[in-house]
Amino acid sequence: MKEKLVLIGNGMAGVRALEELLKLAPEQYEITVFGGEPYGNYNRIMLSPVLAGEKTLDQIMLNDEQWYVDNGITLHKGKWVDNIDRARRVVHAGDVCAPYDRLILATGSNPFVIPVPGHDLKGVISFRDIADVDAMLQAASRPGRRAVVIGGGLLGLEAANGLAKQGMDVTVVHLMDSLMERQLDKPAAELLRASLEAKGLKFLLEAQTEAILGEARVEGVRFKDGQEVPADLVVMAVGIRANYQLAERIGLHCERGVVVNDTMQTFDPRIYAVGECVQHRGQTYGLVAPLFEQAKVCANHLAHIGIARYEGSITSTKLKVTGIDLFSAGDFIGDEQTESLVLQDPGRGLYKKVVLKDNRIQGAVMYGDTIDGTWYFELMRDGTDVSDFRDSLLFGQAHLGDSGHGDDNRVAAMADSAEICGCNGVCKGEIVTAITQKNLFTLEDVRAHTKASSSCGSCTGLVEALLAHTVGGDYSQSPAKKPLCPCTEFTHDEIRAGIRDHDLKSMAAVRDFFEWKAPDGCSKCRPALNYYLLCQWPGEYQDDSQSRFINERAHANIQKDATYSVIPRMWGGGTTPQELRAIADVAEKYSVRMVHVTGGQRLALYGLTKEQLPQIWGDLTQAGLVSGHAYGKALRTVKTCVGREWCRFGTQDSTALGIELEKMTWGSWTPHKFKMAASGCPRNCAEATIKDFGVVCVDSGYELHVGGNGGVKVRATDLLCHVDTAQQVLDYCAAFMQLYREEAHYLERTAPWIERVGLSYVKAKIVDDSASREALTQRFHHAQQFAQDDPWAARAKGAEAHEFTPIKQVG
Amino acid sequence: MNQAEQRVPDAAGWLEVGRIEDIPALGARVVRTPGGDIAVFRNAEDEVFALRDRCPHKGGPLSQGIVHGRRVACPLHDWKIHLDSGLAVAPDEGCAARFPVKVDAGVIYLSLTPDEGCPDR
Repeated sequence: MKEKLVLIGNGMAGVRALEELLKLAPEQYEITVFGGEPYGNYNRIMLSPVLAGEKTLDQIMLNDEQWYVDNGITLHKGKWVDNIDRARRVVHAGDVCAPYDRLILATGSNPFVIPVPGHDLKGVISFRDIADVDAMLQAASRPGRRAVVIGGGLLGLEAANGLAKQGMDVTVVHLMDSLMERQLDKPAAELLRASLEAKGLKFLLEAQTEAILGEARVEGVRFKDGQEVPADLVVMAVGIRANYQLAERIGLHCERGVVVNDTMQTFDPRIYAVGECVQHRGQTYGLVAPLFEQAKVCANHLAHIGIARYEGSITSTKLKVTGIDLFSAGDFIGDEQTESLVLQDPGRGLYKKVVLKDNRIQGAVMYGDTIDGTWYFELMRDGTDVSDFRDSLLFGQAHLGDSGHGDDNRVAAMADSAEICGCNGVCKGEIVTAITQKNLFTLEDVRAHTKASSSCGSCTGLVEALLAHTVGGDYSQSPAKKPLCPCTEFTHDEIRAGIRDHDLKSMAAVRDFFEWKAPDGCSKCRPALNYYLLCQWPGEYQDDSQSRFINERAHANIQKDATYSVIPRMWGGGTTPQELRAIADVAEKYSVRMVHVTGGQRLALYGLTKEQLPQIWGDLTQAGLVSGHAYGKALRTVKTCVGREWCRFGTQDSTALGIELEKMTWGSWTPHKFKMAASGCPRNCAEATIKDFGVVCVDSGYELHVGGNGGVKVRATDLLCHVDTAQQVLDYCAAFMQLYREEAHYLERTAPWIERVGLSYVKAKIVDDSASREALTQRFHHAQQFAQDDPWAARAKGAEAHEFTPIKQVG
Repeated sequence: MNQAEQRVPDAAGWLEVGRIEDIPALGARVVRTPGGDIAVFRNAEDEVFALRDRCPHKGGPLSQGIVHGRRVACPLHDWKIHLDSGLAVAPDEGCAARFPVKVDAGVIYLSLTPDEGCPDR
């Protein structure tokens, strides 16, 4: 018999927990839901746009009643739970009884009503549910009506904006001297007030409500200073309080909410609580991102997967008022121990302030242009040291303008036909439609449904911004901890540390140790684990070809028509008549459909079938050519110019240096592709400053540059250091590559890796500490002993033949 | 290859294609037929599946993808396809035609007539 699960509270947090649970263990529980409101589950956060007339009720339904039916869930809507018998484990709601084995409390919160005289008059409402919105819309439908909104916080301003859009004459009353004082500092609040005044709202600040006036219905509001404002509708939006009355009544420990532990269990371990009714580590939350994190942890525990823990959330705020962009997070006021970076441009209505302590972000507040809010928030949450880019911090993250968007990164202003994802041809309109119609909340959801940002990823920032803009700022933030893949809750770093510290030497051992959810992993984690094991245990770990992407398994690049391309290595971009003749002969013999000069100074042969590959490699091998690894997360090419040997400007022999670098590093597997270049002088014809490792020769020696990228996101290198000799170039190169190999996440290029760990860190490991550098260099050379083995030669002689031949030919 | 290699299906429609160990675990091999390639997969549990070697998305060769559980990831754009049904994993939509396949005493037999339900393109 199935266990019985009862959910009390049919809101966003509780139903989210059920959704997560159904994903993990669809058959485990017989589920019953009690909800006080007479609806399915709707998106409470979107009530503001409904009030403003920008969305309809249907558009904000998350789970209609059919969803409950489809998932075999019994829904008691419009039923209030009177009592829970914890000894007998039965929930009582009027004439309905529901026994339970496990129970989730998700009773949410109640609006706080100031107990002034007249607060119970007709026409005085709060802003919490669909009924309140209906009441406001009704009031607004009568012409010439005046509304007073008490509360100049997030909720109050959204209500005021909605009522104004419905044609009401709205006055916002606020106790403090500045709006949204918990989310904004004074300058930002002033900009906000100016924008809202331009939209027709009126404000009374530092106004304490003394009484609400009226006989049967509300007629006005009187303040402490005696001033009176006429009103036909009063909206109380001064805050919310966790609704824990039921929990308290049945004897669960409550303070400002139902107290729960890190697995979302109350003091009765059969009873969980999630959402706004909860107090966790002394905190209560009213934003949706933390609630969803709680829901996920709760579902994990209910499904008996006990590995997830909720460790609290850092939250940020966005206001859902069309045309107003504001963002804040953390401590944005600061104190004597902090420093503030401020950018003010009144002409453009811009204000940004980032508060730093020891070069780490404590908080940020932004008005007018909030596109970098997500970035600041991530830096703050991860405690990133920003000293390496402090000088440009306020100007934002350059990523967002990529892929041809230039400065046009104000997603709100973009036309629906604007292309967001250039790889998959996805426009803004399609993304917005998918988000609203399919109720998408996360970047992963949007990727799965629209494919936007699922290929090269350069438009991730734009998609996140679009998500934030469409559904409100709370949704899109990725969880604090990013698991390696859906098979695990552990991160790349945790798994690498486990492999190293616990002597895990096979993929099965890793999956076993970390309690993988899928026995043989997925197409995301298998290549990553294979790489991590190969990197950690060179010579010991047996490479698993079935866990490699096809290009690395077949040692050639698959093309859109399922043919392959072949690119032999040309050391340092040099070649000989014999090599060219061999390539020409092969091109003719196998009727190669295209011969193309690559960007990395080599020749590529296109249009070959998989069966032809071993024969072609045999012919190329005869001429002394070897694999160019153009298909691998590996050392690709070392591009060079002709240097001092020929060029009148050359300062060093960059060609010979490039060849030496390539001879040293070829065959090395890396987290992502790795490209190098050596230029003979600062004119830099080999474009060394957009490579993963670039050398620019100067008269006095060699400048070493790292972390460049000419692809998805153009990034010029950072200068690592200057060295005097060619041998030093080789040693530093080996050390740098090894540090990258050991510490970057799989599929992370050097550019984002350096941005993540900071150039100072890389310098500390390679430049400042010679013992560390030498150890890295040594480990690199050790690994190379096992890696420098031409895969083409072996396969030309018959290795892995099954990979290249059909199992059967019919007819 | 087996002696006296069977080139056409027997009366019941089964064609012997090889032994299960001819396919690497978590891998696939191709059966080349006049009607197009058929991918024959073997997973970690030694279950064998056969699908038309064309991803419903852009025709990518599914036989070249990474096999995990009862799924394969297409090598071109990483669509996931259910090996047992040929259907794309939601939210993607589409299907690859499924061919009857069985293993008897370690020998794999394949039918060249696709199951109904998904058009064989």
